[in-house]
Amino acid sequence: MLTKNQAGDIFDRIKRLSVADEMEVLFSGGKFALTRFANNTIHQNVEEENHTVSVRTVFDGRTARASTNRFDDDGLRRVVESSESLAKVQHPDSDLLPMPDSREAAGSADGGVRASHGRLALQDGSVPSRHFASTAAITPQLRAEGVGQIVNVAQKHKLTTAGIYSSSESVEGIFNSRGLSNWHTQTLAEVSITMLGADSSGWQKANSPDVANLDPLRMAETAAQKALDAAHPAEIPAGKYTVILEPSAALDIVGFMFWDYSGMAILDQRSFLTGRIGSKLFGENITIWDDVAHPLQTGSPFDGEGMRRMSLPLVENGVVKRVVYARATAERMKRSEFKDKTGPIEPTGHGFALPNEMGEMPLNIVFAAPQNPQTLAQMIASTERGVLVTRLWYIREVDPYEKMVTGMTRDGTFLVEDGKVRQGIRNFRFNESLIHMLSNVEAMSEPLRACGEESFDMVVPAMKIRDFNFTEVTKF
Amino acid sequence: MKQIAIWALNVATMRGASYADARIVSQRSRALTTKNGKVGSASDAESVGMSVRVLADEAWGFAASEDLSRSSVEATAARAVEIARASAQVKREDVRLAPEKPVTAEWTTPHRIDPFSISVEQNIALLLSIDSEMRSVAGITLAETNLNFNREEQWFLSSEGSDIHQTKYSAGAGYTAYAFAGNEIQKRSYPTSYGGQWQNKGYELIEELKLVENARRIAEEAVALHHADQCPEGKFDIILDSSQLGLQIHESIGHPIELDRVLGMEANFAGTSFLTLDKLRTLRYGSDMVNVVADARQEHGPGLGTFGFDDEGVPAQCTPIITNGLFTGYLSSRETAHTIGENRSGGTLRAEGWNRLPMIRMTNVSLLPGERPLTLEQLIADTDHGILMQTNRSWSIDDRRYSFQFGCEIGWEIKHGKRVRMVKNPSYSGITTEFWNSLDAICSRDEWTLWGTPNCGKGQPQQVMGTGHGAAPSRFRGIKVGSAYKGN
Repeated sequence: MLTKNQAGDIFDRIKRLSVADEMEVLFSGGKFALTRFANNTIHQNVEEENHTVSVRTVFDGRTARASTNRFDDDGLRRVVESSESLAKVQHPDSDLLPMPDSREAAGSADGGVRASHGRLALQDGSVPSRHFASTAAITPQLRAEGVGQIVNVAQKHKLTTAGIYSSSESVEGIFNSRGLSNWHTQTLAEVSITMLGADSSGWQKANSPDVANLDPLRMAETAAQKALDAAHPAEIPAGKYTVILEPSAALDIVGFMFWDYSGMAILDQRSFLTGRIGSKLFGENITIWDDVAHPLQTGSPFDGEGMRRMSLPLVENGVVKRVVYARATAERMKRSEFKDKTGPIEPTGHGFALPNEMGEMPLNIVFAAPQNPQTLAQMIASTERGVLVTRLWYIREVDPYEKMVTGMTRDGTFLVEDGKVRQGIRNFRFNESLIHMLSNVEAMSEPLRACGEESFDMVVPAMKIRDFNFTEVTKF
Repeated sequence: MKQIAIWALNVATMRGASYADARIVSQRSRALTTKNGKVGSASDAESVGMSVRVLADEAWGFAASEDLSRSSVEATAARAVEIARASAQVKREDVRLAPEKPVTAEWTTPHRIDPFSISVEQNIALLLSIDSEMRSVAGITLAETNLNFNREEQWFLSSEGSDIHQTKYSAGAGYTAYAFAGNEIQKRSYPTSYGGQWQNKGYELIEELKLVENARRIAEEAVALHHADQCPEGKFDIILDSSQLGLQIHESIGHPIELDRVLGMEANFAGTSFLTLDKLRTLRYGSDMVNVVADARQEHGPGLGTFGFDDEGVPAQCTPIITNGLFTGYLSSRETAHTIGENRSGGTLRAEGWNRLPMIRMTNVSLLPGERPLTLEQLIADTDHGILMQTNRSWSIDDRRYSFQFGCEIGWEIKHGKRVRMVKNPSYSGITTEFWNSLDAICSRDEWTLWGTPNCGKGQPQQVMGTGHGAAPSRFRGIKVGSAYKGN
């Protein structure tokens, strides 16, 4: 694993090779291993180590980037030459700002951190350690033993199982010619399990920087029970139903709106929030933060320019309060026709590495805990007729301004009647507006760290939603 | 580079691997974008590394490293064997590889102009002139363009004696014009959406695409969509343009024929397939005129699925997938071929890069053109009432690849053989086999295009791969249209 000191030495070598006005180097990479199983057998088992150095140079308002994984003298010389030759032929960018120094990147003292969404704020705005030696030390043998336990559960229930058990140790760093140097290390362990019966399936997935937070056996039992309960699925007609989305299903669908919480998306007029910031778009019970420092979140505390990520409320009691900004986007917004319609305008530490066309995005979404949280069991018990959804799949945007998305249910869809899970049902296709959906949330659980396959990991509750729009039913 | 592979193979076999292959890969890419008159991003990237795939105790192990020193390469090979032995702790049966004759070969993508020889200034000037054309149309609120070039050089050596040096080039370009007004965002893209057209070619592809010539028309259509009527809902005959049909092939034929999906190996992520093994040579997949091949050979064309050899050293082949409507073949590998009674791999194993395990991927999965001469305009003239849909806007299909919904950027209502009006937000949905059995006309070779899909995702860790799909505009009878907007 690359250390900050080694990266600093590489940065010094690169700096000596460059003649640019300004220069920035990003480091990323680490070790990654994944054991994959299917049909109760480990069928793929991989491990890699790779690090990338990415050099951005600036000449008189012109900038470009080149990257390589070759850290020898030739490799570094080539990457500097590529970056510089690309930068020199660009047109000057009037929006390009000087690189931030350490002081600017650190942001204001309070950094926007407030404890109004159910967690205690860290006084200095820093993130908790996300590197755990026990996760970094996971071996192929340990992963195989974990998979063996999952397979035992499958065999006990006469099911077959497929899934993954992965572990990683990664670094992310940024150095620039104005003296900024930020470094972040993290570990992550992840388990995903599908249990398959003859005509049904069940699924569970979880990840954490600390492998001690994962319980593959419990996950296997839950997935197996879902597969057993979903056997012999009945067909019920498409239409509007009360749905109970488990946290993974909730995050996979709501994740499709967060690209739009971006100053650049407003400037580009491609955001569904254009003309809607400050208005009540969702239900009173919806409050959403972006908070990299939340104890259940992961990721580095700085953005693609090295700016510290602020913790911010995006939505409060259904009202869209603000979007996030990279440094240059904030400056552009202050001069734009939208400046009085977008809430607070300031660099928030959410920018992507420059140069890029997307600007920024919130990536550490935290839903605030509801006033009266309900367990999944309570949501089911209070439902006269509805659909319980384990997982959603292949979600795509249908209408960008109404934020209508389509997708399928998968791996455990159940009919709820008279407060009880009655039986497994065939999968549905939905076409649903996220504005409509988040206006119809009747109940939520305590938010927890969840992961899916369609969107990034979040701290999100299970949600009970009325009038969810299923448009078609499939044949399984 | 060969010596690096030999170090790896020697250690792997010395440690007890019954089979090993090593790949050393050097990748170079260039990506340029513009947005509203300015360069959006400009980047070059290179990545070099090696990987070893081994069978030990009849189970798989794979390890990869960026470090090409002898000590690191040998440690990586030893690690792959160690990982394979861990895999063997949880297995039901031994891995069986179909035999493959070792080969020594060189192969390079035929190309006329090395794309990296074209100056960045020239590339940016091209993109900015497209951008300028689009933004000259009143009502355009966002204009985006992209240009991408890739070069991948690979040395593949196996413990069975294969020694293959292969260099592949690909290029891609496209643009999108957006118009925001009222409560609606409309867009049009060219040559198709989500990155444009991609092929395994040099810079000559960019010259062939007529990018600047079409920019103003595309922008005008994006603005005009705001004044168009909503696409009607109901059952209609639909005509799909060749790019939309290419994606339809990708999702509802290309993915379900992947044998690893069929065998459950992707059940946790990408999903399984409705094409269970009993359906081979028994399922009526489509109407009689449906003929689909998976063809990786150069003679099929410069698709993103064209190569000399796959990433386990099997030569490029053409596999009949659907023959006169009958389902006749899967995409297979050396490990999976025996499950369908074949004694040789279909040659479809590919990896995203040096650090990824090769897996079954689509090659060029193409619908062959109609045999009788038929242009798009003649097909429209032959349609009494229908909707012509062009350029994908959204796509979604279930995890068995059976129930789908697609949206397109623009539609045209056809009445009595004529386009009578533009319609916005067209969408259609259906069941895979019902849909392909409703096909009743395919335009002929002159209308056939080999499209590139540069962003096909599969596997854990996920790998992004380029695939090719040849298609000509085609007509489907009695398709459900507009259900995406039902109830909203």
